[in-house]
Amino acid sequence: MLNQKDILSTIEMIDQQHLDIRTITMGISLLSCCDPDPKRACEKIYDKITRYAEKLVKTGEDIEREFGIPIVNKRISVTPVALVAGASETENYVPFALALDRAAETCGVNFIGGYSALVQKGMTLADEKLIRSIPEALARTKLVCASVNVGSTKAGINMDAVALMGRIIKDTAKATESDSGLGCAKLVVFCNAVEDNPFMAGAFHGVGEAEKVINVGVSGPGVVHHALQSVKGESFDVVAETIKKTAFRVTRMGQLVAQEASRRLDTPFGIVDLSLAPTPAVGDSVARILEEMGLEVCGTHGTTAALALLNDAVKKGGVMASSSVGGLSGAFIPVSEDEGMIAAARAGTLALDKLEAMTCVCSVGLDMIAVPGDTPAETISAIIADEAAIGMINCKTTAVRLLPALGKGVGDTVEMGGLLGSAPVMPVHPESSREFIARGGRIPAPMHSLKN
Amino acid sequence: MNAIVTVVGQDRVGIIAAVCTLLAENQVNILDISQTILHGSFTMVMAVDVERAAVPVGDLRGLLEELGKKMEISIRIQREEIFDAMHRI
Repeated sequence: MLNQKDILSTIEMIDQQHLDIRTITMGISLLSCCDPDPKRACEKIYDKITRYAEKLVKTGEDIEREFGIPIVNKRISVTPVALVAGASETENYVPFALALDRAAETCGVNFIGGYSALVQKGMTLADEKLIRSIPEALARTKLVCASVNVGSTKAGINMDAVALMGRIIKDTAKATESDSGLGCAKLVVFCNAVEDNPFMAGAFHGVGEAEKVINVGVSGPGVVHHALQSVKGESFDVVAETIKKTAFRVTRMGQLVAQEASRRLDTPFGIVDLSLAPTPAVGDSVARILEEMGLEVCGTHGTTAALALLNDAVKKGGVMASSSVGGLSGAFIPVSEDEGMIAAARAGTLALDKLEAMTCVCSVGLDMIAVPGDTPAETISAIIADEAAIGMINCKTTAVRLLPALGKGVGDTVEMGGLLGSAPVMPVHPESSREFIARGGRIPAPMHSLKN
Repeated sequence: MNAIVTVVGQDRVGIIAAVCTLLAENQVNILDISQTILHGSFTMVMAVDVERAAVPVGDLRGLLEELGKKMEISIRIQREEIFDAMHRI
């Protein structure tokens, strides 16, 4: 029989340390929905999603009940819509977003990702139409998430797209102003975007993927934090080992749930994404893990090193626990969604420049950061360019999800509620990047992209 | 198919009797029981066979939770695979 201590430790992880499956995400290819008639294309999209994902939510709930593990979100990711909508003769892509929104609502999922364009090397007409429609699309839908990939290690950085995205983020904030600029929380700008990410807002179903697939995202910052509390004062070797062991357990649980969901939904299993995804709840924070390692406040000197160790140990622990690890896998650092980050930002210890350094070693990038509402679009573009450069040179995924807080300045807070939390407005450098962004063109791919 | 029933809470007369009665009424066979007082609270772990159970595990969970509420203790049932996955290579 199983060891009683092990059984109770699992229960404690679930009850007191916020261990959960963060998301079961079904990826669905929409390539078969292309149609010259946009109305017909939208109908095909709605029909296909609702057919494939009909039982997704119920299956998630059944597994949750039988295994006694909370499955927080059930979501859908689809083929980047620019690729599908490009076949239709229309200038207006918003109906595609509305079709996704309707489909998501029918299925009962809480987000659908893939209102996306991949423009790392250049923009097609369809890509540009989609990007320009993002503010209206996000303002008129509830569940749709958008993402744009503006760079990659292989292709370099598309600076025209970077410039455009600065303006799109500001326009999205304006279009969703009555909703605290919520649209920007559903819009991610990537470099080296991955095709099998189950986490929102950046999930989409890549063209290299199968017809449909089940990807699972596990979480558990609270479990790691708790495990580290038992090794106070020990060397980093012990810290790394402790994190690895914890990540292994958490990922094994994710693997089990992923296989079970895949079997019940008759959908191939894709990957387990072993990300430490924080929530605003106390005891579910990545920042508190870093502080547990010996930092007074997250953001002080040493934070980047602590995060590097954490991110790496999470991967190493998880990789043996799953037959296929993918997605973003590592530690997320979304400021508004992490109780410890919020506190560190409020205290002024965690600043944008430090967060940028942290994104060199975390799993993604600058995430859920509120900036003053009067931040120029060029400054936002320049922040995106910096982040994309880090991703491009270091062969890693980076992203920017900024929230321009209209009518607010440094010291104010943007309240979004729920898992999105609250974001203290952070200062940006007031000096202009206008001429830098106005150049346009492409930043060439680095030397190490030439591997063939 | 096996499942694990865990009971945690303030010790009192009749906990084991009540849980076992409910399981028996639902054709759940008990394979193993271990019980201890941990940090001052009553802790019981049971391995049970739910193969011939009268109701699915999901529903059994509801019944046990209801009983737990009545007795002011926490009772849960989870499929065994979850613990195997997390604690055995």
